[in-house]
Amino acid sequence: MAKRSARPFSVTDLPGFATIAILAFVALYVPILTLVAYSFNGATSVAVWGGFSLQWYVAAWDNTVVQAAAMRSLGIAACASVLATTVATMAALGTTRTAPFRGQTAIYVAINQPLMVPEIVTAVALLIFFAAIKVATGYTGLAYLVMAHTAFCIPFAYLPIRARLEGMDLSLETAAADLYASRWHTFRYVTLPLLAPGIAAGAMLAFVISLDDVVITEFVKSAGQDTLPTYMLGQMRRAITPETNAISTALLALTVLLLTAFFILTRKRD
Amino acid sequence: MSQAATAAVAVEGRNLVKAFGQGNAAVRALDDVSVTIAKGEFFTLLGPSGCGKTTLLRLIAGFESPTSGEILLDGRDITALPPNRRPVNTVFQSYALFPHLTVAQNVAFGLQMLGKPKAEVSATVERMLALVKLEAFAARRTSQLSGGQQQRVALARALAPAPQVLLLDEPLSALDLKLRKEMQTELKRLQTETGITFVFVTHDQEEALTMSDRVAVMSAGQILQTGTPRQIYTRPANRFVASFIGETNFLTARISGGAAHLAGGVIPLPAGTADTASATLAIRPEHLRLAPPGTPGALTATVAHSVYFGTDSHLHLRLADGAELVARQQTSADGAAGPEPGAEVGVMIAEGAVQVLQE
Amino acid sequence: MTRTAEQQQKAATTRRNWALSAPALLVLALFASGPLLIVLVYSFLRPGSYSGVEWEFTTEAWQGIFLTRDIFDGTLGWADAHLSIFWRSVKLSLTTTILTFAFGFPTAWFIATRPARARAFWLFLITIPFWTNLLIRTFAINEVIRNEGLMNTVLIKLGVIAEPIRVIYTDTAVLIGMTYVYLPLMVLPLFAAIDRFDMKLLEAGYDLYASRWQVLRRVVLPIVKPGIVAGSILVFVPSLGAYVTPRVLGGGKNMMIGNFIELQFGQGRNWPLGSALAMLLLLIVMVALLVYVRAATKGAPQGGH
Repeated sequence: MAKRSARPFSVTDLPGFATIAILAFVALYVPILTLVAYSFNGATSVAVWGGFSLQWYVAAWDNTVVQAAAMRSLGIAACASVLATTVATMAALGTTRTAPFRGQTAIYVAINQPLMVPEIVTAVALLIFFAAIKVATGYTGLAYLVMAHTAFCIPFAYLPIRARLEGMDLSLETAAADLYASRWHTFRYVTLPLLAPGIAAGAMLAFVISLDDVVITEFVKSAGQDTLPTYMLGQMRRAITPETNAISTALLALTVLLLTAFFILTRKRD
Repeated sequence: MSQAATAAVAVEGRNLVKAFGQGNAAVRALDDVSVTIAKGEFFTLLGPSGCGKTTLLRLIAGFESPTSGEILLDGRDITALPPNRRPVNTVFQSYALFPHLTVAQNVAFGLQMLGKPKAEVSATVERMLALVKLEAFAARRTSQLSGGQQQRVALARALAPAPQVLLLDEPLSALDLKLRKEMQTELKRLQTETGITFVFVTHDQEEALTMSDRVAVMSAGQILQTGTPRQIYTRPANRFVASFIGETNFLTARISGGAAHLAGGVIPLPAGTADTASATLAIRPEHLRLAPPGTPGALTATVAHSVYFGTDSHLHLRLADGAELVARQQTSADGAAGPEPGAEVGVMIAEGAVQVLQE
Repeated sequence: MTRTAEQQQKAATTRRNWALSAPALLVLALFASGPLLIVLVYSFLRPGSYSGVEWEFTTEAWQGIFLTRDIFDGTLGWADAHLSIFWRSVKLSLTTTILTFAFGFPTAWFIATRPARARAFWLFLITIPFWTNLLIRTFAINEVIRNEGLMNTVLIKLGVIAEPIRVIYTDTAVLIGMTYVYLPLMVLPLFAAIDRFDMKLLEAGYDLYASRWQVLRRVVLPIVKPGIVAGSILVFVPSLGAYVTPRVLGGGKNMMIGNFIELQFGQGRNWPLGSALAMLLLLIVMVALLVYVRAATKGAPQGGH
């Protein structure tokens, strides 16, 4: 009689891999869930659990410093993502689905440059650059932050738009041109609507990236220009209260929301 | 006697069942299949896609485990052995050549895994590359080879460890027609030269007939008939086998007194054919011959239309009750046209050409 | 000389594409690439008395990275404090890369070998931390490892330990933090590489008598090597320049290069030294990227990208 092994041989199984993977997922999520759980802590200290409460959300909501930082974060993210997406869309149209042209690789490298330079280096560079401008012009407004964010958001906006463009059916535009549509009309009524999900995805990524930034903002901001992340970084140096957990959880929820939307937008055909 | 018979068996599958999925959704890819493959033979599993032939091959290779049943190799139960401990090698349909290794490294892989000494490995690799005529390509990357060359590398790689059985999973399906014909001859030559048992999976009946010592015809997870190509062709066990291999006319007839009664006449059958009210007769188109209407022993039919193929033409005929059959007519030397559509003809059936099928 | 229609067409394409890319390039030149040149210039200047720089060429800042002048006898010696920060940064970054690979490879393999539906789920699960704010994730791991955090609370409740394990504000804390924070960056490129891997090759490997370990080492790892290199770079580069994680988890004493650079622009008030350090960091990263490009183009089996 054949003795059957306990588990049939599976080609794709590698010993211990599933266990390590599950451990990794647990390790990834336990801290996040802990952070979320503590945000509902009824106690005044993070050290003890005082029952379920929304008090820290209320406290954060009522905190005028947090309010200002949140508004600033959202404002900068909105401006930077719109600007970055606009220029990235143009660049994507200029570098995708085109006959090879002089400088194509250079443009590609330049656009992706922020991905290759450590944030701290860019941060220091902008600190020096903006310090000089601040001295020269006397202007210390939010435009510095908006422009800095716009720059490092460009590659994040560019990539999904480019991917969408590359996956698009060229024959649709040829068909439109064949039907006597002008270049502008073809772009406005054929290319742009087809590209819209890519643009939306790019804008969303840019928004998330801007919202998340700590290092560059920390170096570029003038006094009193804290965004939510730099505010939280400042808090972490002092006594941490569950208020920070509440703000983190809210940001986390926003990220998950945007990410889900991003997935739905980019999933198109399948 | 049974001693001798056991010794000559290379692979034996006993009551193999393979179910995929669970409960009501379970599909039986193999439904109680038993098969015996003799040593040194070229054995072909033939059937349409989804018939279970590849599943059977993968069970022998060890990539899948049977739901129930046993697999014996050289008389030893290997059902529980993982694929890397079975002295069996596979030529994959997609070749599955290692893209990061050269041709020679691909061929050497199995030998190295078996821990063969370096000198032996390189000698065997050289011999194998010579066998498949790829000596000049030893240092190439596999991605630089044509489909036919990749096929040869896959063969050399699988033959190098000198397996007891070589499994070939539709290895020729990715090649174009001309190359496929070449490789058919090549495979047969390799099998004869090495003396290794080949188990070959294909859905191509011509491939099966030309290369195999024996063929097992499969359908819906079962083996319908096993036999030499000649047996399978001339004496198909049932309607599926008859229709899957070659072209066949099926006619319904009443059998009484050792003869089949049809709308167009009476056909004599071999002595001892049992009487029945309705039986299916299978007759190959090349066994029908036209005769002047009214010839004794001929069925009466009308020509519906004919299709000219060069070496022969297919005459589509209709009997009085509307039953259709096809007769294959060799083109005559003088190039004369056959009967016109609408003409009445007699149809002679070669002796022994009628096969009464069990339903 | 007259140009053919084809040449004119080509020139027009080039002009149009550059024009379309110009706004993006301008923003990047002004607010990303251009300022790097200023840093390079500053690294060759003398520090100002309060902050900023004096416009005088000197290589003192570059020398100052490695050498220091003794305050008592004025002799030059190795800048041990700087070197130990460098050494710590490189050591922590390399260890982080190795650890993320040790956990990331099985995780990526696990995701890639799930059935299609389950795979989308696991992939989404790895994507959420990937896009979640780095600060929040650092904060989250802090919740677990701090003295009154989840780990110590649970261990004390279980009676395993009596006193909390003091991990926070040590190199170990920074290492745990960076491994945690950068794990998704390792998993995603590995997943992409494994996803392209032809699983039939595993069957071929086993069919040719390889053990599980041999299949992993001789077949899988060489073929997914571009993914391994990509993941390693993606983890190593930000680890080396890490600022937030060592600042939150390492406290004031366990600085990495990133924090040391910040120090020069804050309390240290030595902008040229900070600039030189930043340039050196950039140089190391560029070398790492070059290694990556070479490894990825050489290692790709099908000629690839």
